[in-house]
Amino acid sequence: MSAPLLKVTGLTKAFGGLVAVDKLGFEVAPGEVIGLVGPNGSGKTTAMNLISGALRADRGSIRLGDAELVGLRPDRIVRHGVARTFQLVRVLGSLSCADNVAAGLAFHPGGAFGAGARERIDALLARVGLGGREALPAGELTYIDQKRLELARALALAPRLLLLDEWLAGLNPTELREGIALIRSLRDEGLTMILVEHVMEAVHALCNRCVVMNAGVLLADGPTAEVLRNPEVVRAYLGEDVETDDLPPPHLPTGEAPTQLNLDAGGQHA
Amino acid sequence: MNALPSPAAAGNSTGAGRLALQALAVAGLALLAALPWLGADDYLIAVGINILQYGVLATAWALFSGPTRYVSLATVAFFGIGAYTAAVFGETLPWPAVLAAALGVSLVLALIVGLATLRLSGVHFVIFTFGLAELVHQLVNWYEVNVTRTLGRYLFVDISQVQIYWQLLALLVAVLATGWAIRRSRLGLALQVIGDDEVVARHVGIDTTRAKLLLFAISAGFIGLAGAAMAPRWTYIDPAIAFNPVISFQVLIMALLGGANRLFGPLLGVLPVALLFELLSGSFPNHFMILLGLVFMAIVYFIPNGLFGLLERRRQRAGKEGGK
Ligand SMILES: Nc1ncnc2c1ncn2[C@@H]1O[C@H](COP(=O)(O)OP(=O)(O)OP(=O)(O)O)[C@@H](O)[C@H]1O
Ligand SMILES: [Mg+2]
Repeated sequence: MSAPLLKVTGLTKAFGGLVAVDKLGFEVAPGEVIGLVGPNGSGKTTAMNLISGALRADRGSIRLGDAELVGLRPDRIVRHGVARTFQLVRVLGSLSCADNVAAGLAFHPGGAFGAGARERIDALLARVGLGGREALPAGELTYIDQKRLELARALALAPRLLLLDEWLAGLNPTELREGIALIRSLRDEGLTMILVEHVMEAVHALCNRCVVMNAGVLLADGPTAEVLRNPEVVRAYLGEDVETDDLPPPHLPTGEAPTQLNLDAGGQHA
Repeated sequence: MNALPSPAAAGNSTGAGRLALQALAVAGLALLAALPWLGADDYLIAVGINILQYGVLATAWALFSGPTRYVSLATVAFFGIGAYTAAVFGETLPWPAVLAAALGVSLVLALIVGLATLRLSGVHFVIFTFGLAELVHQLVNWYEVNVTRTLGRYLFVDISQVQIYWQLLALLVAVLATGWAIRRSRLGLALQVIGDDEVVARHVGIDTTRAKLLLFAISAGFIGLAGAAMAPRWTYIDPAIAFNPVISFQVLIMALLGGANRLFGPLLGVLPVALLFELLSGSFPNHFMILLGLVFMAIVYFIPNGLFGLLERRRQRAGKEGGK
């Protein structure tokens, strides 16, 4: 096995008395797409924030290749090759779609600016399905299109590691299929990704491996199908309030493990 | 598409319209420059100086505060320090060196003020810049009283009113050209992104503190130069004159009234506000500050995008109706 691209060890972050991420450790190999799952409030977004530098770790280490990321500012971390999207979408609403992507291209060594960026901007917008919207202010896009734009901006950073925080949440079935296909195409190009996802269908379809968090700690780490069948993982999901769109339909017979049924159902898309 | 900072402006002005505007600007500039030769009397030159001074200040202010949306009330700190530098060195150094010194001192002050304030955001930044300007005022005051033992300074240099007028006009052209260049640069895009969402700015690789500091200093440099250029006009200068906080508010109101997000926006606000102030301070000297506050609130409430934004929307609407 090759050396990991990302190696997280002993990562800890507390908010006051609440330890949101507690001695978390996992690795991601180059080209690997892992799922980071867990019930609401288990610390997934906090972990993403620590890796991208939005938050500063209390303890622990985050190594990307040879570089230590803990303690670096987000703009430095971007230059090391980490890009992200936000759980609550953050486009630059007053800027045009093209300028949103231009912002992703302009400020890193492999980027471009001005006339030289034009082609890449058009290509990135087309790739996420926003071709022809170059001049539209991003604030006027629908929520889903804003998510697409955010992905284009992240891709413009030409990342070595892409962090997607519930990028597929809130999509209708058609959009979900398109979204999964898009991420799969990125995977096929060799992009390393961490997907924070509640949509198990997507996790099954895209991730060979899963890291499960619960209450800030690592609960399981292994092949997706195996990990998601793990009784402890199932219990964690059922014990806490599971996000509604991922809840098994209420008419499912109780007594069985509905979440697991749901998790397995996604497997067919893999 | 180019990384134009303001999609609205880019989308609205057609090539021909833009060309016409540029021609108009050049013609206007030539006329302004030639004014002293066209038989303008002292009074007209004095009015011109006043307007140009505020034109430079408001445009320079908006250079930073427009895109970043950081509302600075430190304007008078740079203006005052520029004027004071001129008063201190005016009679010993050649004038270009005096200007260079004023520029240098304002840049240094901008770096200090910037480092102290630019991590703050929103209303904290506003209040802090106001406080720092007052602090600079008091420091200069203290220094003059306790160290140099003067409270006022006389400045006699061989610079005519017309020369002041031309200096300010040149400064206005320089600040507009700088603004134009920044809008087309990476720095311009960085500031637009910062103004929209600073968290995103950091996550696309922008060193936000450096970008803000850089532009804050550029803006302050022009403001300091304006102060230096204005100093010979007063002959007598003391801290209360040079660091009068009303100047910061006036500049802010002008820029907001005209539209801080457009390069030429602030200029549009200069004339009406200057006239209004003349009227208010003459007719209601005792209630001047209160009226100032009311005017400020009215502008922010009724024309949040400034006159420039208002005009643009009119034109858009007219365009839409015409295009039916
Ligand atoms: N900035 C913050 N300040 C204080 N507490 C926070 C902060 N961010 C997160 N938390 C808390 O840390 C815990 C983990 O939150 P986090 O957002 O990382 O969970 P998550 O796994 O992403 O949940 P979800 O699936 O709902 O997005 C939660 O209890 C949350 O309330
Ligand atoms: Mg989250």
